[in-house]
Amino acid sequence: MSASDEIWILGIRMTKFGKLPDLDTVDLAAEAAVGALADAGVSMRDIGVLAAGNLMNANAGIGQQLQKQIGQTGIPVYNVANACATGATALRTAIMAVKAGEVDYGMAVGVEKLSGAGLLAGGSRKKDGDDVWAPTGRYGAVAPIDGRIGTETMPGVFAQIGTEYGHKYGGTSFELFAKISEKNHAHSTLNPLAAYQKRFTLEQIMNDVMIAYPNTRAMCSANCDGAAAAIVCNGETLKSLSLEQRRRAVKVSASVLTTDPYEEGCQVLPNVNTLTRNAATIAYQQAGVGPGDLDLVELHDCFATAELVHYDNLMLCDEGGAADFFNSGATWRDGSTPVNVSGGLESKGHPIAATGIANIWEICHHLRGEAGDRQIANAKVGLAHVIGLGSACGIHILEKSAA
Amino acid sequence: MAKQIPFVDYLVLDGEPHLVAQECSSCGARFFDRRNACAKCFATEFTTVPVATQGTVRAFTIVSFAAPGIPTPFVASVVDCDGTQVRANLINVQPDPEHVHDGMAVRLATYPVGTDSEGTEAIGFGFEPTT
Repeated sequence: MSASDEIWILGIRMTKFGKLPDLDTVDLAAEAAVGALADAGVSMRDIGVLAAGNLMNANAGIGQQLQKQIGQTGIPVYNVANACATGATALRTAIMAVKAGEVDYGMAVGVEKLSGAGLLAGGSRKKDGDDVWAPTGRYGAVAPIDGRIGTETMPGVFAQIGTEYGHKYGGTSFELFAKISEKNHAHSTLNPLAAYQKRFTLEQIMNDVMIAYPNTRAMCSANCDGAAAAIVCNGETLKSLSLEQRRRAVKVSASVLTTDPYEEGCQVLPNVNTLTRNAATIAYQQAGVGPGDLDLVELHDCFATAELVHYDNLMLCDEGGAADFFNSGATWRDGSTPVNVSGGLESKGHPIAATGIANIWEICHHLRGEAGDRQIANAKVGLAHVIGLGSACGIHILEKSAA
Repeated sequence: MAKQIPFVDYLVLDGEPHLVAQECSSCGARFFDRRNACAKCFATEFTTVPVATQGTVRAFTIVSFAAPGIPTPFVASVVDCDGTQVRANLINVQPDPEHVHDGMAVRLATYPVGTDSEGTEAIGFGFEPTT
């Protein structure tokens, strides 16, 4: 592999996540983008392509809005939307442009204003009480189906994904899922950029408001505001840069995006497992590393039930062994495979389009040895994973620079 | 007797109520929605086939917090009906973890959803415990 085939993250930044009423999407995107440029040591003049995502306003052209505040250089903008994988999709888009040799530097930005958004999805209902029943839509339904034929809400969908894992392999319980949440909330106390930095006892988590059994409120991702941005270039470009830039650059050893292949039942309950497993298989192969080589993992714990299944999907444990794996303590920050040392989506927060870049920022922070109190010592290889329901899975494997 | 209409077009009320699926004539994949082609093998011919009315609960959640206007709590689930996966609520069961568990045996059941201004009654479906 020649240097021009290698992809590097030259600069990356996430904003503080949380309730940020005084900042709009453009403010947040600008803070992340300008921060990433400064981190990279380049300017908007150098950037050849911008990929940007803001899921809740996907038709607003966040990329161009951002350019109008931080620099209109006429470069192509790709506004992307891919559910919760939007950030990873933006990064992957910038990477593809660099990899194709079309540009020297690419920028990816993800931003979301989600504070107070409440329950996501569900309620896709036309009005009840129409005068005469009339079948409409692809199911010929005479009234809205959410709540009458299962649930469309995210906590409920991912709750079923967790109970399905238990049905298949056993070993799961309400308490087990709550313990995963306990871990991530404990981890968040070391992350000053997390939306919530509060440790909860297992009892507090289990006695919190039930949203969709077995997920209580504390076991759900936190809706909040935030943004993240990254600058990428290839290895040839990196060679021309300063030692300091080369030392802090992080190698993207694998960049993969998959969708869910057809399987029995996958249109009845979304299958978030196979596309993650497929993406992981490709990513490990691209990077030439295995799950055992990972010093830390940031995975998509949009709900505590989801984290469990992804231990298995990312092959961090034997097939069917996720409950035992968690119970062994492996995924706590002092375990053999620390997972979500940032606090994860449950406490760091989940500003949707920012998430797929913010999780990469977390990994980079450790690989650069800049993670302060929560530094995973001697971290050399990390994996970042996101799932957007519908579905899309993004996986990036990152490696510390040898420079 | 008042006229009835199924809540969705894949619920058949004539005779013993049951669900029907669109089965791909080429590969046998089953779907419940109006199809353009088969997601598995891309073929475009389908036949309407009955789905088993008995099954086992493969996944469930008890929804306590839903979009406005949706009565809670309710049990959402995926029921394995002889190999065909069906999305449905579990009904005629206490919506709590003591009474709902994965692997439980269930059967199709219908219930009235409401009546429109012409007196037509919409009939919905769910699955209820067999014991």
